[in-house]
Amino acid sequence: MHAHCESGATTNLLRHYGVPMTEPLAFGIGAGLFFSHIPFIKVNGVPGTSYRSYPGTIFKTLMKSLHIDYTMQQFGSNEAKGKAALDQLLDQGIPVGMLSGIFYLTYMPEAYRFQFNAHNLVAYGRKEDGTYLISDPTLEGLHEIAPEDMQKARFAKGFPEPKGKLYYITDVPKQLDMEEAIKKGIKKNIWLYTSPPIGIFGNKAIHTLARRIKTYPDKLTDRQAVLYVGNIIRMQEEIGTGGGGFRFLYAAFLQEAAEILGKPELKEFSQRMTAIGDQWRNFAYSAARICKARKSDLVSYNDLSDMLHKIGHDELRLFNELKKVNL
Amino acid sequence: MKTNEVPQDKGNYKNRDQSRKVVYATDEKGEYTTVNSDGWEVEHLATIQAWDQAKLELEEVLDGIRKGALSPLAYFMKKNLMDTGILARHVGKWGWQVKRHLKAKVFAGLPESMLQRYATTFNITVADIRNFNPDTAEKH
Repeated sequence: MHAHCESGATTNLLRHYGVPMTEPLAFGIGAGLFFSHIPFIKVNGVPGTSYRSYPGTIFKTLMKSLHIDYTMQQFGSNEAKGKAALDQLLDQGIPVGMLSGIFYLTYMPEAYRFQFNAHNLVAYGRKEDGTYLISDPTLEGLHEIAPEDMQKARFAKGFPEPKGKLYYITDVPKQLDMEEAIKKGIKKNIWLYTSPPIGIFGNKAIHTLARRIKTYPDKLTDRQAVLYVGNIIRMQEEIGTGGGGFRFLYAAFLQEAAEILGKPELKEFSQRMTAIGDQWRNFAYSAARICKARKSDLVSYNDLSDMLHKIGHDELRLFNELKKVNL
Repeated sequence: MKTNEVPQDKGNYKNRDQSRKVVYATDEKGEYTTVNSDGWEVEHLATIQAWDQAKLELEEVLDGIRKGALSPLAYFMKKNLMDTGILARHVGKWGWQVKRHLKAKVFAGLPESMLQRYATTFNITVADIRNFNPDTAEKH
């Protein structure tokens, strides 16, 4: 079992081909750490917040950095073609990663089954009656799903739309340069996190959220404000992030990177990232107290805003200093 | 977060307690490891709150249907946790068109073929839509 779906699915696919991969390495080489807050893209009336890079990029970035050949396909709305492609691969014994809508994944606990279309899973076979055998990175054990439910999940609508997206490994080179891939991953993540010039992506988005959260009590009804804040907590802690909105997972990556590259200074960055993860946890804890009280008597929205600004500053400083490390 | 600080709060709602999750934490030597966790009260609170909202919205819609303002489509949309945008993508219409179809008056004039598209989306029959009774409808 893994914490996060895409890095977990990627890890599972690589291990199938004998590549020694851990989830933190997959997440770090795939440059997964991110933040985005997009007030104008709303799902069920709540603005979108995410702590990771866009679905699919972790897998792609990692494959390219390790020079592993892969295929990634989407099928628009051609559901029959999407199913045929999946079945053919599984019948050849090829495990297949897929993007899916959680709402339709019948094996998931109902608590998780909202309309959320960025969930990755791996199918590793199918039974004679067509039932798919599933390894879901975020759950213990193995699972099964009926073909019609799988179809609905793969062609779920909303944002993002999976359009039947599947991905699989086609060729693994004999020699893998893990060190080079790790260095590339760190550099790419620094760039990804620090460079976006608009306030909805990367570091600036944390400050955008910090500014907006302050206005919630004035601009929103009590009910809405609590829902907005609750959704941030869920994106950070509920949906397979390994805790603290992927910050602990990235800290684990930096620790592994320190050992593999023989750069003890990265261990210090790992510890600093852990401390930032702890700050995110505190933020979630305080946010939950607001949700519970329904009124801002214990912790105010201003306090939440201050916490976010501080996290934003600390993360930017960490990445800027990481940039100076001679990898 | 240290391994002994990883919360183990069980969530007794909607089968949440049937699944554990992986949390990354540091052991006594400061090395990263994974801990299987039942969950965290903070996360449960946010999830339960989201379900409470879904329940509330479903009740509001049922009220609207009883009053004759909304069509059964509004119920099935909410039951499937969709909004008009998602539903519109499913049935191949614009959001504003779907919004109109949620009105009882407009719904009454919808052709069978359109109802069939909705039925397929909701995994039910056209009869289920036509014979919908708000008083016996399934809740979240």
